[in-house]
Amino acid sequence: MESGDILLAVAIMLGKSLLMLVALLIFIAYALLADRKIWAAVQLRRGPNVVGPWGLLQSFADLLKFVLKEPVIPAPANKGMFLLAPLVMCTLALAAWAVIPLNAGWAIADINVGILYIFAISSLGVYGVIMGGWASNSKYPFLGALRSAAQMVSYEVSIGFVIVTVLMCAGTLNLSRIVEAQNSSLGILGWYWLPLFPMFVVFFISAMAETNRPPFDLPEAESELVAGYMVEYSSTPYLLFMLGEYVAIMTMCALGTILFLGGWLSPIPFAPFTWVPGVIWFVLKASFLFFLIAMVKAMVPRYRYDQLMRLGWKVFLPLSLAMVVIVAGVLMLTGTAPGMH
Amino acid sequence: MTVTAAFFYLFATFTVASGFMVIASRNPVQSVLFLILAFVNAAGLFLMMGAEFLAMILVIVYVGAVAVLFLFVVMMLDVDFAELRQGFLQYLPVGALIGVIFLLELILVIGAYVIDPNIIRTAAVPIPAPDVMTNTEALGQVLYTRYFYFFQAAGLILLVAMIGAIVLTLRERVGVRRQDISRQNARTQEEAVQLRKVPFRQGI
Repeated sequence: MESGDILLAVAIMLGKSLLMLVALLIFIAYALLADRKIWAAVQLRRGPNVVGPWGLLQSFADLLKFVLKEPVIPAPANKGMFLLAPLVMCTLALAAWAVIPLNAGWAIADINVGILYIFAISSLGVYGVIMGGWASNSKYPFLGALRSAAQMVSYEVSIGFVIVTVLMCAGTLNLSRIVEAQNSSLGILGWYWLPLFPMFVVFFISAMAETNRPPFDLPEAESELVAGYMVEYSSTPYLLFMLGEYVAIMTMCALGTILFLGGWLSPIPFAPFTWVPGVIWFVLKASFLFFLIAMVKAMVPRYRYDQLMRLGWKVFLPLSLAMVVIVAGVLMLTGTAPGMH
Repeated sequence: MTVTAAFFYLFATFTVASGFMVIASRNPVQSVLFLILAFVNAAGLFLMMGAEFLAMILVIVYVGAVAVLFLFVVMMLDVDFAELRQGFLQYLPVGALIGVIFLLELILVIGAYVIDPNIIRTAAVPIPAPDVMTNTEALGQVLYTRYFYFFQAAGLILLVAMIGAIVLTLRERVGVRRQDISRQNARTQEEAVQLRKVPFRQGI
């Protein structure tokens, strides 16, 4: 390639990434507001309703507040790593969106091993937590970081097996092709949530545990560990941690949409529903998953730490392992495995 | 091509530099973090060779799991690394010997390619072109057919190692109250709740 062509390609890539970043951040600002509003509605409160009409500008006011506050760095902290940790967390969470296809051919990078990339990136998220907890050089953040790291590593295992079952049905590691493999004349009934329903449930619960969402928010349990690994953080670094967390949650919603809810496909596979742009279906499905996660936060009490570990290792791991064997067996018996002719 | 070369030198420099920092940095936690940086850059090198599956697996397995355990151990253990460093000269001959052996083996492997550039074609299984099949599929096809027994044996060895570690560290402690979820769930109202009439001023 000519160097001019390469520069052009890089410029287009940058433009796409920037567009995706802005769209994602604005979406997350409103997802955060929706999260608080749903939480409030379940508890018969009004939620944020002061800034802007119906509180629509609340997230932006929060952003301004975070940025304008003074960042406090504790004296015994490892300064460089203390500031690096939230950056790592936020950057890694955002990096996952490079491969997520919002519509047919709309991924910034449509790579062959997209699902492995997301899995790798989300398994790196734990470093932000550990580094933050360790660099604070204080007891509570360190305890919080250890709990959080153990939790995230545990639930990754079951998420891995859930992904394996979907991959066996789809026969590809490319995210776009996983969605296309769900395209059938059955519409919503042909997506993987129906045949793999137990795995969908395991994925949903593991996604919450992996992203430290309530009821599995033990790392930042505000009533026991104050805020876990984030105790010493304030201002913009804290904002980056929170942002990274919410981006990771949205990534999990998008991943659930792609793996189980048919991505950008229309639920009813004929006109006029197929005229609706795929990206709208994608956002609707991801928002539906986020709504479920928000409802869980409002309704379910926090797990005890040993119960959390038991659920991960003694319930989800055997269950998902058994499902891998069952799904593989069924695919072989019925001859419906992809690539079998 | 220049862009490819630039990226190669970027990744290669970072890999070697962070590999050096692993043994040079004073703080063990920083050593582990530099090790992670070396892994990630090695994954970048894999990607440049078109071995995308290996790159991702390297990140998932080594960075996502193994290095986390390293970091755990290094943070939890209160090892005085200055004390460990005192024996540096004592271990230098052994270390140098291992280093020399590694260097010789590397030279042998690379030398084979230099002497006979066609050696890659004599591989047991022909390597398919990248546009025919992705390297994930190519790996899967040899791993689960030709090398199936080796693959299973490797898995078994890991399983034995895991069970061995658990057996070595597991100790049954008596007198510890544990929660038995199946027993809890098996309890019925009849055996758990008693309705008694309490006699006045006597109690139960």
